[in-house]
Amino acid sequence: MTQAYTVIGGGVMGLCVATELMGRGADVCVVDHALQPGPHACSWWAGGMLAPFCESETAAEPVVRLGQEAAAWWQAHGVAVTRQGSLVLALGRDQGDLDRFARRTEHHTPLDRAGIDHLEPDLDGRFTRGLYFETEAHLSPRAALGELRTRLHAGGVGFDTALPERRGVTFDCRGLAARDALGDLRGVKGEMAVLQCSEINLQRPIRLLHPRIPLYIVPRGDGVYMLGATQIEASERSRATVRSVLELLTAAYALHPAFGEAELIEIGVDARPAFPDNLPRIRRRGETIYMNGLFRHGFLLAPAMARMAADLVCKDIVPEVMDEDLGER
Amino acid sequence: MRQFYGTTLSSRLMLGTAQYPSPAILSDAFRRSDASVATVSVRREAGRGGEGQDFWDLIAALGVKVLPNTAGCHSVREAVTTAHMARELFDTTWIKLEVIGHSDTLQPDPFGLVEAARILCDDGFEVFPYTTEDLVLADRLLEAGCQVLMPWGAPIGTGLGLNNIYGLRSLRAHFPDVAMVIDAGLGLPSHAAMAMELGYDAVLLNTAVSKAGDPAQMAKAFACAVEAGFLAHQADPMPARDMAAPSTPVIGKAFLE
Repeated sequence: MTQAYTVIGGGVMGLCVATELMGRGADVCVVDHALQPGPHACSWWAGGMLAPFCESETAAEPVVRLGQEAAAWWQAHGVAVTRQGSLVLALGRDQGDLDRFARRTEHHTPLDRAGIDHLEPDLDGRFTRGLYFETEAHLSPRAALGELRTRLHAGGVGFDTALPERRGVTFDCRGLAARDALGDLRGVKGEMAVLQCSEINLQRPIRLLHPRIPLYIVPRGDGVYMLGATQIEASERSRATVRSVLELLTAAYALHPAFGEAELIEIGVDARPAFPDNLPRIRRRGETIYMNGLFRHGFLLAPAMARMAADLVCKDIVPEVMDEDLGER
Repeated sequence: MRQFYGTTLSSRLMLGTAQYPSPAILSDAFRRSDASVATVSVRREAGRGGEGQDFWDLIAALGVKVLPNTAGCHSVREAVTTAHMARELFDTTWIKLEVIGHSDTLQPDPFGLVEAARILCDDGFEVFPYTTEDLVLADRLLEAGCQVLMPWGAPIGTGLGLNNIYGLRSLRAHFPDVAMVIDAGLGLPSHAAMAMELGYDAVLLNTAVSKAGDPAQMAKAFACAVEAGFLAHQADPMPARDMAAPSTPVIGKAFLE
């Protein structure tokens, strides 16, 4: 008899682990109060940068290593991944921050004005120095979630709003909602904006270093850009503040004044689930396996997390991110 | 040790809690630095229905005295409102009062600062005003009821160290009995040591630790520097002089090389 599994939560973690289990021939059911990916999951609001090396500026080693699996995994599952690298820039008086970023990260090439101009001609030579992370990639989160959902459905995975009778081992991928079971989980609020700007054409994610307002901008194609993201220690999942949006928009304007004429098409806010060290965890309690704490690295880490969770149930391989059961209920 | 509104602190280092790579690293930094006070920004993380509670629980778990601040407030009214929010949230009358007067340098608005300090002191707060080294301003803040002063070393987040040593020395000399903390602008442990050598009672810093490659180790380095500077001040340093004075007398040596 085929092994039956239930995945609770249809965000990036839930869909990735369901995909991984389906690929290993299991009988999977995904339970979510919404049947389609949507704004109720914080991955809906994500940047979709697959940039493990840039992240190593502040993220711990496992994020960098496990994140390197992501781009190939997404591509292997039919998701369009743009492999154009990422670019890190700083305005004139923040050059020291660029040097520090370079010291703390690897796999980058220094660029001068001509090098930046070659990669992103539309920046009009506004930046004299930058760092190019050639091997990094990005994807469109909503398209990626939709693609996984479609493929799961086509592969016979059931989607339901209620728990099935035959649950089997249950993967709890509810994100911040799992705080009822995971006492050390907290929310980190993020605000983002989406702009439509036909005057400027960027090929790859750009990070603008700034001591007060660090910004990244991710091209979604067709002149659509996602600006992200604030990082505030609060579990609040609504209420984008004027100040935050102002900061994001100001930083975009500083990147290129053409964004001043962009259309503001969306403002989003949600809270990322995170553990105290901002590293993800797989935590088993009886027949339930909690997968959580992906923080700002949902699309970057969900593939590796899914692989490890599937290895746990299919091959009994203990994941490196498995931690002790703290016994909180 | 001079008291801070009747409280004797267990160490002379105060640390901010913003911009660490993770709360776990923040905790490590506190552990290794032995800091006695944690400053917390209230304004941004307050949320509406206690959504910042998770983070504040983590701060409470540090087991140090919490000094909420009004960081990011540009007017008297904002600062006063934020102080009231902080008193409610943290159940403390301590408030680090910031009234920012300039958006680029983030330097204090001296006029708004005095006004807000007076309002808050009258309302029973124990105010730690973020100020400059200006003597007249210091006098006004003390008149308003402040018993602690927090002069800057340099603008917030710059890491420039002590920008006006003459001014800071003069401030210390004019108010020898007031508890004073050098707050803001420190980038290196040597800056903290120098602040303590000048006779300040404590230092407060955030970015220099939180943005270091290894925040916990940098926190430890600052703790050592604060201790070194404090010991040096206590030990009554020698005066600097222009003329060389050999530590080993030359005259009378049996053999001259």
